[in-house]
Amino acid sequence: MSAEQESQSIRCLVAKVGLDGHDRGAHVIARAFRDAGFEVIYSGLHNAPDEIVQAAVQEDVNVLGISILSGAHNTLVPKIIDGLKEYDAFEDTLILVGGVVPDEDKAELKEMGVAEVFGPGTPLEETIEFVQENAPQR
Amino acid sequence: MNADTDQRQLLEDLLAGKHRALARVITKIENRAPGYRSLVSELHRHTGDAEVVGITGSPGAGKSTLVDKLANYYREQGETVGVIAVDPSSPFTGGAVLGDRIRMASNVGDMDVFFRSMSARGTLGGLSTATTDAVKALDAFGKDKILIETVGAGQNEIDVVKSADTVAVLVPPGSGDDVQMLKAGILEIGDVFVVNKADLDGADRTVQELREMVHMQEDNTANLATGHHGADSVGERSGGDEADGEGDSENEDGADEDGEDDWHPEIVETVAKDATGVEDLVETLADHRAYLESSGQLEEKARMRYAEEIRNLLRDDVGSLLEVEIERRGGMEQLVEGVVARETDPYTVADEIVEPLEDCLDE
Repeated sequence: MSAEQESQSIRCLVAKVGLDGHDRGAHVIARAFRDAGFEVIYSGLHNAPDEIVQAAVQEDVNVLGISILSGAHNTLVPKIIDGLKEYDAFEDTLILVGGVVPDEDKAELKEMGVAEVFGPGTPLEETIEFVQENAPQR
Repeated sequence: MNADTDQRQLLEDLLAGKHRALARVITKIENRAPGYRSLVSELHRHTGDAEVVGITGSPGAGKSTLVDKLANYYREQGETVGVIAVDPSSPFTGGAVLGDRIRMASNVGDMDVFFRSMSARGTLGGLSTATTDAVKALDAFGKDKILIETVGAGQNEIDVVKSADTVAVLVPPGSGDDVQMLKAGILEIGDVFVVNKADLDGADRTVQELREMVHMQEDNTANLATGHHGADSVGERSGGDEADGEGDSENEDGADEDGEDDWHPEIVETVAKDATGVEDLVETLADHRAYLESSGQLEEKARMRYAEEIRNLLRDDVGSLLEVEIERRGGMEQLVEGVVARETDPYTVADEIVEPLEDCLDE
């Protein structure tokens, strides 16, 4: 009993919601996260909000990174957050949004519970550092 | 104290069917978080009802897609499904990209398919312990079918699928020489061989090759049996699938103790992407299950599995105890120093470290 070795790992779901097919950003992030030693679950293109909720809940990820380039963040993100709340998964999941989000919307997203919004040109190290510092413990 | 009540709550939530609790329990198992052992101990008594199928095959063979279709089929029959998909992780950073989820398109939004990705986190043997425990969690949760999906490369992964009752090995067509390669490791563990992508050229040939190999395998085992028991009628058995029902009436000695109605690995053709052949596969899996139950193999397998589980745990535990002892003697680095300097040698070092343990046992 005494001799258990713990092996925590930060688990991240990298998801693309909505109908835009631009997944380069998600791929780059997924790779960078992997190389930083995270376990990345990549769920592919065109995820529906409830699909992302299902994945985030079942995989028990510490971090949910949502990539949106379609401009539909104001409708899609709330749906995801509501879904997470429904399964008691909102409180201890770090929610990040990546993509093109106008400044006035950023505040609103953060109000909803998104921890940070990363726009184009954000250095990878910055995102990784943010995750390492803020990922909730399991 | 507080942690204790938390744990109790978690267990109750899991048994009550809360998805979040199930997910968290698996995380604790994966992390080997404090208290995970008592959690799994508690789970054990609630297990034993699920049917566990292991699915393995080379990368790109179509495992994830087939698992998706299988899960979907079972769901249509009104059964609940748990999936554990194992992917490799980098031995350097520990990082991994787990992409099997992408293929789960047929079960989107269906919470009664519980899909969990696991990475092969470092430690030797740790993976099979973790997956076995995760299967227990899914079983206790009440899943009817549990599918374990893993790349069939390396002992680690083979150990993982061995924790299943039935093992399906996927072989893509045109693998020609690959089939030869399979012989060594994977052929022995396959109860069902699935030639996936059966619409591609070369599928017939692959089926043929597999069939030959299965026959060869049977001949080999038959010869072995002769060596052991001196039975004369064994040759008969390898003759064909139909003969096996009759075969055992002829020999009343030891040879048929567990040899009766032997399972002959079946070969099924599927095209996972459009679900062709999935029904056949489901039937074959059910046949194997029925065979396991009627022959008593199911219980036999479970017993062997538990024995293996206990051994694994003991190996881990003793290993960790010895780590402590190594630390007490100044750490591995220093021990190695002595070996390099030819002052001592690895055997002597090992003996010295195990000695206090042996002394305890002698008392």
